[in-house]
Amino acid sequence: MAHNGTREHMLELRNVHSYYGAIHALKGISLTVDRGEIVTLIGSNGAGKTTTIRTISGILHPREGQVILEGRDISRTPAYDIVKLGVAQSPEGRRIFPRLTVLENLEMGAYTRNDPQGIAEDLERVFELFPRLKERRNQQGGTLSGGEQQMLAIGRALMARPKLLLLDEPSMGLAPVLVETIFETIVEINEQGTTILLVEQNALMALEVAHRGYVLQTGQIVLEGAAKDLAASEMVRKAYLGEE
Amino acid sequence: MNVELLVNQLVIGITIGSYLALIALGYTMVYGILELINFAHGDIFAFGFLFSLTVLQFLNLEYPLSVPQIISILGPVMVLTMLAAGLLNVFIDRVAYRPLRNAPRLAPLITAVGASFALENLFAIWKGPSQIFYPPYVPRVDILREWLGIDTIIGFSTTDLMLLIVTIPLMILLSVFVRRTKLGKAMRATAQDREAAAMMGINVERVIMSTFFIGGALAGAAGMVFGLYLNTGRYLMGFEAGLMAFTAAVLGGIGNIAGAVLGGYFIGIFKALSDLYLPSEWTRAVVFAILVLVLVFRPAGLLGQATQEKV
Repeated sequence: MAHNGTREHMLELRNVHSYYGAIHALKGISLTVDRGEIVTLIGSNGAGKTTTIRTISGILHPREGQVILEGRDISRTPAYDIVKLGVAQSPEGRRIFPRLTVLENLEMGAYTRNDPQGIAEDLERVFELFPRLKERRNQQGGTLSGGEQQMLAIGRALMARPKLLLLDEPSMGLAPVLVETIFETIVEINEQGTTILLVEQNALMALEVAHRGYVLQTGQIVLEGAAKDLAASEMVRKAYLGEE
Repeated sequence: MNVELLVNQLVIGITIGSYLALIALGYTMVYGILELINFAHGDIFAFGFLFSLTVLQFLNLEYPLSVPQIISILGPVMVLTMLAAGLLNVFIDRVAYRPLRNAPRLAPLITAVGASFALENLFAIWKGPSQIFYPPYVPRVDILREWLGIDTIIGFSTTDLMLLIVTIPLMILLSVFVRRTKLGKAMRATAQDREAAAMMGINVERVIMSTFFIGGALAGAAGMVFGLYLNTGRYLMGFEAGLMAFTAAVLGGIGNIAGAVLGGYFIGIFKALSDLYLPSEWTRAVVFAILVLVLVFRPAGLLGQATQEKV
């Protein structure tokens, strides 16, 4: 779907360095995400996957390098404005609001929007994707099971009607059957037109649904390529898919 | 035991409780979002008293006022007072707390104490250190005995009524605001998870500013009502009232809005009952003894959430 000669990425990270206090967490990350793709970031604990997500969403600002969204440098843009530009996320650990109802949580997802009509449509869409949320819409978020909270976190992000959806460890702590469901939903969301950047420890599942992937190790990208090539690469199979 | 006397003290307790609850709301809302005890909050209450008095003195009115005057003059003065008190609270946040937003939690606690001292001393310079007379603009008429001709020792006067008419709707308004409006929901979301709120596109600093403004406005209203009700005050009055209101917030479960109201009435009623049975110098001892007892058995306060979910 190239529109013209100059191909503009939806998201581009150019040599991004991020710090947590004195800790140098990202050491020059460069990556791209194109419109319509599912791109996955895999790597072990502490590799910098979540830091990358937080740097994109403006919770953390890079000390060096640029985050470019649709040609626009957002490295210094505050988090709440980045949501307005079309980037929403389902954060690591879900971070739903425990004492807001499911419905109020979803409303918060649409906080930056002012089109009641569109919000109502997206609410229906989220309830179609996750019927459990509809059943429990008046229940407090904190009373949901882990799987339901994950659905709520993803649904809440979708309520922003994002161009780019950041998913941080959507499978964490879930029973295998639920992981299946969540990943099927991720594909469905993508097929409906949302670009997705997916961070996962479950590399096998992530590479199955993604188009392309990057492998992170101690704050650097050590390998990148088409998802099926990565899944076949010896290094990934050894390090992340548990093969000897 | 004399039932009428008991009812009389209950009426006093509910009246005191109403303005304490209004102050306690500001403590609890700020704590809910920042986990900060805004020690200067009691002084905002004193500011409401002093500021409204200054405006009313400037208007040079003859007191007591008639009912139309009360509505047409005291009403706008109250709105102005709430505005000024809200802005003062926002200003305090700007200079004393916001620069320390990411500092260790002890730092803004110390600047809060500093802001309180600074305000109290400014008030002393502004109005002098002695007791201040607040003219009885609202006439005090004993409703039950004088208007209804009921022979009772229960005192319920027009000033009691005025206090309830101002404070209770404000509390209801706040509760509706926090539960139903977009900004109110954003406040609750921010209190529950500040970073997740930012991820939703909520401008957290703006929410914090609104919280200080609303809390300050409520304390300002309480200060003016207190002046009209008791007709006397002092530059240090915010310290005492603030201490009681803070206790009310902790008793109800700090961070919990309904808890602050409940705590306010609890403290008000205990204060009044203590005055019935014990010399008034014991009031504070009784109030704090109750606080200690409640916290021993319910550390999170009457309606408080167990803190474990804030992980």
